Amino acid sequence: MGGMGSVYRARDLHFPSVVKLVAVKEMIIRASDPLVRKSVVQNFEREANILATLYHPSIPRIYDYFSEANRSYLVLEFIHGKDLEAIINETNGFLTEERVLGWAIELCDVLSFLHAHKPDPIIFRDMKPSNVMVNPTDHIILVDFGIAKPFQVGQKGTMIGTEGYSPPEQYRGEAGPLADIYALGATIHHALSRRDPRLEPPFSFGERPLRKVNPAVSAELEAVINTALQYNPGDRFHNADAMKEALVAAGRKTGILNHISGLTASVQSSGGIKPLWVFQCEDEIRGAPLYHDGAVYIGSYDHNLYSLKAVDGKLNWKYATEGGVVTRPAAYEGDIFIGSEDQSLHVISARTGKVNWTYHTEGRVYSSPRIAEGHVFFGSDDQHIHAVNLGSGRAAWRFETAAPVRSTPFVAHDSVFAGCENGDFYCVDFRGELKWHYKAKMAVTSSPCEADGVVYFGSLDSSFYALDARAGWVIWRFRMGKGSIASPYTTEGLVFVGSADGNIYAIDTHTSKEAWRFKTEHQVSSSPVVYKDALYCGSADGNVYCLEARTGRLRWKFATKGPITGSPLVYDDIVYIGSTDHFLYTLLA
Amino acid sequence: MKSFFDRLHGKKTKPLTAKANVNTVPLSAEQIGIDSVHGSRLEPQQLISGCAQSIGKQRDHNEDCLFAFSFTMGGEANSAPLGLFIVADGMGGHQYGEVASSAAIRTIANYLLKRFHAYLINPSEGMEEPLQEIMRSAFTDAQRAVTQAAPGSGTTLTAALVLGKQMTIAHVGDSRAYALRADGRVEVLTRDHSLVKRLEELGQISSEEAAAHPQRNVLYRAIGQGEVLEPDIFTTPFPQPGYLLLCSDGLWSVLSDDNLCDLVTSAPTLHSACQNLVNAANDAGGPDNISAVLVQLIG
Repeated sequence: MGGMGSVYRARDLHFPSVVKLVAVKEMIIRASDPLVRKSVVQNFEREANILATLYHPSIPRIYDYFSEANRSYLVLEFIHGKDLEAIINETNGFLTEERVLGWAIELCDVLSFLHAHKPDPIIFRDMKPSNVMVNPTDHIILVDFGIAKPFQVGQKGTMIGTEGYSPPEQYRGEAGPLADIYALGATIHHALSRRDPRLEPPFSFGERPLRKVNPAVSAELEAVINTALQYNPGDRFHNADAMKEALVAAGRKTGILNHISGLTASVQSSGGIKPLWVFQCEDEIRGAPLYHDGAVYIGSYDHNLYSLKAVDGKLNWKYATEGGVVTRPAAYEGDIFIGSEDQSLHVISARTGKVNWTYHTEGRVYSSPRIAEGHVFFGSDDQHIHAVNLGSGRAAWRFETAAPVRSTPFVAHDSVFAGCENGDFYCVDFRGELKWHYKAKMAVTSSPCEADGVVYFGSLDSSFYALDARAGWVIWRFRMGKGSIASPYTTEGLVFVGSADGNIYAIDTHTSKEAWRFKTEHQVSSSPVVYKDALYCGSADGNVYCLEARTGRLRWKFATKGPITGSPLVYDDIVYIGSTDHFLYTLLA
Repeated sequence: MKSFFDRLHGKKTKPLTAKANVNTVPLSAEQIGIDSVHGSRLEPQQLISGCAQSIGKQRDHNEDCLFAFSFTMGGEANSAPLGLFIVADGMGGHQYGEVASSAAIRTIANYLLKRFHAYLINPSEGMEEPLQEIMRSAFTDAQRAVTQAAPGSGTTLTAALVLGKQMTIAHVGDSRAYALRADGRVEVLTRDHSLVKRLEELGQISSEEAAAHPQRNVLYRAIGQGEVLEPDIFTTPFPQPGYLLLCSDGLWSVLSDDNLCDLVTSAPTLHSACQNLVNAANDAGGPDNISAVLVQLIG
């Protein structure tokens, strides 16, 4: 506050024959106001004087302090190692419970020492990962006593202590020893959850239970942390010694060294789930089913489009195209529309299974037909978006693109939206004229969806985009671990999408923050569907997942015998989904 | 004729009898000019705004700062209207509050208008960087500027970047953005970063207790404070028909939602609506500086 600080690594030249390293902490006082300057210098000297009287293995030794012009310097023991915040950030995955528990016990020790200081207890007030150094032997040292100063109350905006780690009472200026207990709880929580509390509302630890984020943490340790993080100081441990005892007891109970194998998340297996019926095609199913008027339609790599009775899966008819069918059928006035690798769009009578008309393109059709405004819209590998009049079966227009179009067009606001294999994303009006276009860094195979004037799609460039539907501005971009060819689904302020990094993501459409992610065992190119309060999605790991849409919690999963790349359909409490094991499955939602 | 009146008063869903005390003075030129008449849509679509500010009745200097900018281009370029509206409420001793709020607003306005300069000249040019990331960078810049200009001070900041029909709002502190809908609904879009609001959200105190709480002015997030600045940033459709209102706590802490709505919808112009809001806050005691920016998307 009022002074900028730097810390230098220096060599103490009083010892010319050996290299004695020290840390020199510099404070530059920039404030011009004499009152502010005075209080900054006072704080500095206060820190020096406190440190000078303390002897503890977890507190750095102080050698000297001095001031020069508008700078003050503190010469301290040089601590080898890294601060805990850096360790958290540099670690892939979670830190082990064993390691964190060890640090937590040492932190209790040093807090206990500070709180027992005479004549007055020293309240550290600023416990947080960046103030905890971890030395090469994995022991901790508490650094930065800079804000051990009286709390000022009353004025608007008096904010001391690091947001996120401080307990409620510290905002009222009542920071006692139990405030340090809370902040220690917050620090351990951050270390184990990797969730930075400074990015969350204050006192919201209760809203992100530790074991939900990191299921490897034992229930015993979680309980200790929860007690430390109690909202009312009286409900926390009464002192640091009591917290240390609880930590030690938790560590003994879990036998800490074998904690990883001991705990598995309560995952419901697929044992209890039986399909209502299955239907076997002659080759892989990579497309998505359609329900229309008592029948389920599904295309397969075996070139056929199948019409099945929804009640029992009995074959109504099958219609053979000249190529694999990987698209989702569409229905309009008794006709079923389907694209095929044979370069054509086929329009078949739903009742008889006989072809009414076909429409030929110059490339394979991997984009599913979208019916709107008296036209059917779809893309083709011939590098065009096609708009075909439903009445005449003739092209209304073709829009030329820079690469094959495998994304299924979305139609809204008098516009047609579709992605392209070179990363271009187009917005075309109903006359086939370009309104705007955006270029992602890699292919947009993902089929867009739109809600509230915002259009969403993923790209192989590992980004998920939200664009203004009218102007094409990027509103936000969300980074995934890998690219995505999956199509998003949006409802009630969340947009869901799968990625090749194996995750299904739920992203807040307004804030672009991740609401949750669910990790499957392989790439997710299946497009999720939300039905009632559940989300259904397939994964290349072969499973169909049913997750709680709000939280991403697993409800059940069902294993098929091949990777799932197609998307599910949920109709009337029944999930229909095809797998590369050639089967179409029907499961109770 | 009835529908015309309903439209003027923004009360589409209510029957005419509910407005028995309707003001029947002849319509001003502004009233007729603002909304389109009988189906002919106003072109081009544009953002109009009004603003008002007062030191209040109990403070001896003004630490609030506000900013309003709107851009329209009609013709073959057919651009989406662009607007930037900001309210900031500074705090901190030694008169640093006003330095903080004005430094923050200048920095953000400078950063954003520079970024949008190309668009202003040639609206067909899109923007590669996501709007939310641009807003975040602007706030990071402001944090740096405030820390340098007025160390130890802080400021709230609520900024709305309106582009076409979407608005991206970035927010820190306890100034507020409201959507006032034509049907009378009042929605607070931002979340106060104040201790009592947090206590209220946690169910620890009631909203009445919060309004009278001695620490109701304590913020847990402000520009110029803390090491990590994490503004709330979100994008949402502009309230249309309706208004966007940005204001400091000097306004919202003394006026009810119904007050806000009535004062805005009963005024002939946006400027007089803002003046009425500020006057009403002063009539209610004027305990703090008052700032209001009111925006409408028409056409």
